[in-house]
Amino acid sequence: MPKITFIPYRQEEIVVDAEIGATVMETAVRNGVPGIEAECGGACACATCHVWVDPSWYPKVGAPQPMEEDMLDFAWDVRATSRLSCQMKVTEEMDGLIVEVPERQA
Amino acid sequence: MSEVHTTDVVIIGAGPVGLFAVFELGLLDLKAHVIDILDRPGGQCTELYPEKPIYDIPGHPVVGAQQLVDNLMMQIRPFGPTFHFSQQVETVERLEDGTFRLSTDAGTEFHTKVVVIAAGGGSFQPKRPPVPGIEAYEGSSVFYAVRKIEAFRGEDVVIVGGGDSALDWTLALQPVARRLALVHRRDDFRGAPHSVEKMRELVAAGAIDLVIGQVGELEGEGQTLAAALVKTADGTVKRVPATRMLPFFGLTMKLGPIADWGIHLHENLIAVDTEKFETSEKGIFAIGDINTYPGKLKLILSGFHEGALMAQAAKRIVDPGKRVVFQYTTSSTALQRKLGVQ
Repeated sequence: MPKITFIPYRQEEIVVDAEIGATVMETAVRNGVPGIEAECGGACACATCHVWVDPSWYPKVGAPQPMEEDMLDFAWDVRATSRLSCQMKVTEEMDGLIVEVPERQA
Repeated sequence: MSEVHTTDVVIIGAGPVGLFAVFELGLLDLKAHVIDILDRPGGQCTELYPEKPIYDIPGHPVVGAQQLVDNLMMQIRPFGPTFHFSQQVETVERLEDGTFRLSTDAGTEFHTKVVVIAAGGGSFQPKRPPVPGIEAYEGSSVFYAVRKIEAFRGEDVVIVGGGDSALDWTLALQPVARRLALVHRRDDFRGAPHSVEKMRELVAAGAIDLVIGQVGELEGEGQTLAAALVKTADGTVKRVPATRMLPFFGLTMKLGPIADWGIHLHENLIAVDTEKFETSEKGIFAIGDINTYPGKLKLILSGFHEGALMAQAAKRIVDPGKRVVFQYTTSSTALQRKLGVQ
C-alpha cells in the first residue's frame, strides 16, 4: 500500500497507508487528519479539502483539471502546488507522497 | 401589504427530500407550500452536482442528480405544490391555537398547521473570504451582494473573484465607481466569454484595473475600509485603494435563522425522534440531512423514509380524530385517483 504523509498546520505529521483508487481526501478523512473538511463529500464543489502538495511531488501528481482550478478560486492561500485532495486518486506511484494541510479551509 | 398564504404544511427546502415530502403529504390530502432560498428546485443536487451520478436510490441502478430532481418534480405534480423561490424563512412564530405564522425575507407570510424543515446542509449563503478582520467592514465597506448601484458611486471599488458575479458587477459598477479594480488569483476567468471580453476591453482602455493575486490583508479604520493588500504570484504585495469591496467567493451552507426558532439543536443539526421525525417543538418536523438521531445516515433514501413517517404524524395534527387508513399506491383506487391514474 502506498504511504502518504500529511502535515497538518502546526502539528506532527501523520503517515498513513492509502488504498489505491481512493482519493487523497478520503484517505485523510478515514485517518482523522485534521484540517480536511470536505464539506461537499468529494464532489469538487466546495474547496474545503485544499492541500499544498510538496513541490518535489507536484510534477508526479500533476496540475488540476479546469473544474478543479475553478473551484480553487474559492480556497484560501492558493499556491503553485495547490490541489483539492478529493480530486487526487491514489496510485502505486504516489508511495511517499507528502501534502501539507493549510491553516484553514476558506 | 403582503398576502398571507394559508396552508396545511410549509416545507422549508426544495431539495429531493423536501420534494418527496410533498408526495407523501399529498397522498394524505395535505396541501404544501415549499420555500427555498435558491431560485429553482433541487437543492444541493442541482446547485452542487447536477451531473454527478447517484448509485443508491432504490430502483435506480444509476441516476443523475438533476435527473432525480426532474423525476421528483414529475412525481409530485398531481399534488400541485406552490413554490416560493429565492427567499429564506426568517421567523417561525407559534400562535395561541398551536398553528404557526412564518415570514420570509421577501415579505411572504404563511399561516400553517405544520412546519417541515427539509433544509439539508442549511441555506446557501455567500462565502466569506478568509481575510483576517474582514468581519469588521461587513455591511459598511464590504458587501456580498449589490442592492443599490448608487451606494457605489464615487467609491474606490474592489471586486474579488473570477466568475459571473464578479464580472457582471465589474461591468455594471465601472461607470459609477471613482475607480474599480478587479482582483482575481489567476489571469483566467470562469465567467461568460462575452463578459470576459468586455472586461478585457475596459482594462485595455485603462478604465479599470485588473490585479492578479489574492487579497491577504485589509487596511482601514474602524468600519471604514481604505485598501486591500493583494499578494501577487511573485510574492510582492500590491496596495489597491478600496472604500468598497465586493468578494464573490461562491456559496457555502449555513444553518441560518433556524438556530433562532427555539428548536433543540445538537451540533448544528436538529434533534428529532425516529417515530415521527418531530423536533422538540410539536408540529415542527425535520427530515433529511438537517436532522439527527441515533444511527442517522445522511442519505437521500433515509430522507424519503423520514418524509413518509412525518406525513402520517402531520396528518394527525392537521385532521385530528380522522382515521387514517394505511393504503398502497399499487392497489388503492383512492390513492390512484389522487395521483391522476386513469
